[in-house]
Amino acid sequence: MSQVMSWNRGIQRWKWVAVFLLPGLIGLTVFVLYPIVSSFWLAFQDWNLLQPPEFVGLSNFQELLADDDFWRALGYTLTFIVLYIPCVFVLGLALALFLNQKFPGMLMVRAATFLPVVASWVVVSLIWKWIFNPSYGLVNAGLNLIGINGPDWLFQPQTAVYAMVITSVWKDVGYIALLYLGGLQNISETYYEAARIDGANRWRCLRHITIPLLTPTMFFVAITLLINYFQMFEQVWLMPMRDSAADRQVEVIVTEVVKNAFSYSRMGYASAMSWVLFVLIFIITFVQLRLQKRWVHYEAE
Amino acid sequence: MRPNNALLATNLSGTVQPAASARGQITGRVDRLAGMALIIGLMVLPFLVMLSTSLKAQEYILQTPPQLIPNPATLESYSELAERIDLPRTIFNSAFVAIAGTAGQIVISAMSAYAFARLEWPGRNIVFLLYLATMMIPAVVLVIPQFILVRSLGWMNSYSALIVPGLFSAFGTFLLRQAFLAIPKDFEEAAYVDGANPFVIFWRIIMPLSLPSLATLGVFSFMGYWNNYLYPLFVARKEDVMTLPIALATLQAGPRSLTEWNLVMAGAVITVLPILAAYLLAQRWFVSGAISSGIKG
Repeated sequence: MSQVMSWNRGIQRWKWVAVFLLPGLIGLTVFVLYPIVSSFWLAFQDWNLLQPPEFVGLSNFQELLADDDFWRALGYTLTFIVLYIPCVFVLGLALALFLNQKFPGMLMVRAATFLPVVASWVVVSLIWKWIFNPSYGLVNAGLNLIGINGPDWLFQPQTAVYAMVITSVWKDVGYIALLYLGGLQNISETYYEAARIDGANRWRCLRHITIPLLTPTMFFVAITLLINYFQMFEQVWLMPMRDSAADRQVEVIVTEVVKNAFSYSRMGYASAMSWVLFVLIFIITFVQLRLQKRWVHYEAE
Repeated sequence: MRPNNALLATNLSGTVQPAASARGQITGRVDRLAGMALIIGLMVLPFLVMLSTSLKAQEYILQTPPQLIPNPATLESYSELAERIDLPRTIFNSAFVAIAGTAGQIVISAMSAYAFARLEWPGRNIVFLLYLATMMIPAVVLVIPQFILVRSLGWMNSYSALIVPGLFSAFGTFLLRQAFLAIPKDFEEAAYVDGANPFVIFWRIIMPLSLPSLATLGVFSFMGYWNNYLYPLFVARKEDVMTLPIALATLQAGPRSLTEWNLVMAGAVITVLPILAAYLLAQRWFVSGAISSGIKG
């Protein structure tokens, strides 16, 4: 159809392509593609920003494998993922099932669950840092009321991890519920009517209709969560109390990259580490895509 | 039979109540009201703590147990904050960077998207695949080389450093290309017969018909610029270009002195209030923006 338009032919065509595409393409090349390539190149260099970069082959990657800080950061990243993802996965689903009801005021609840999603991570980290303050924060005041002497949350590595997981769940649960809500609203009413005629109770409906038909959404949620939490940064950067044991020990991959690049000026080493993160994310996503046949049920099939 | 889904889907406790019985309906209603109150409470309480702490004087934030209602309430923290950081300047920086960045990102994404959706040229699919491929790269991979690039361009501590690298969004191009492809071509052909060129068609037909998608991208992009921390932290550290999240994070005390949480919370209120207000006014665009951000990952 659009072939009738003369600018889709000959020189005219390239004139319009240039007008529309070049500003974006040039910018993308300079500010995205070139940095990607130069970061890859940097991964094989030793560079402290002062002397000229020096080619060191694979030695950045070799050093990485022997770097205890890197393994510790990877360990904490995985710990966060293991603690956080199941929580937000289940709570997000429960919240979505709740929000999916028609009930006066439900839109207000939905709006409230989304407030933390639009707030910046910096604000959320600082609010919860204050709430987790061992002496003056709300959490330990609440625990005091029921006779529990609250821990030093953001001072100790282990409790700091829990505090950050709770903060992350609070920030993201509304977003995850929203993704689930989209999936829930695509499930046809007729399944539930048929099940009711057969005398199925709510639990069986949830187990045998809602959850199987929601698996494509769950799959999407799982991939999104994994990709995002391999890259978690702000809460770990900002929340632990300065100079505490938690501050010294709890690092994730991105904070480790940032420290190497901007505190120690090890640009090559930090770039190598960021590419390892990319490869990890890539592998995990690939494995998930392969595993999805085992548990994801597409309605159309 | 519309409410079935809802009724069936709730009550995860596993106890089954016959939906038809009056008693079941009443307890169901009470349960639901309690659930709604609990959820709103959990979601809003931390923001209330922020607001209430910001309205207290320094000596009152160190009370145990903490008082949720500030007594006496005072705006002292805000005036003290204004002495600590150049508040009007920082607010202006954040607003300017977010507005200029959002406007630029929309225009550039829309023009590129038009070239992909409506112009026909050899190599189009390959170039588009290249755009999609860049979306897979994690932000942290880009931070270091972008920092180096900005530094060698002499852009450190400038608005350009904060705005320009974020303008070229493969995600925005992708989002708008999908929207443009969904527009029927009939209008354009009628306009073409009337002698319109691609630019007129783009500006007069495609853009007005894509307003919902443009709003989605706009909100998504504004949130990205307004809330961004990792990248500006390293390219804009001077006070004259500093944005709110960076300034806010610097308010935390150094190793020895005690953090003045009333000031930090006042800063948090100033940082978060515009975006919360915008969200409450334009909820649906925030929701669609957040959903499409999932595609980006």
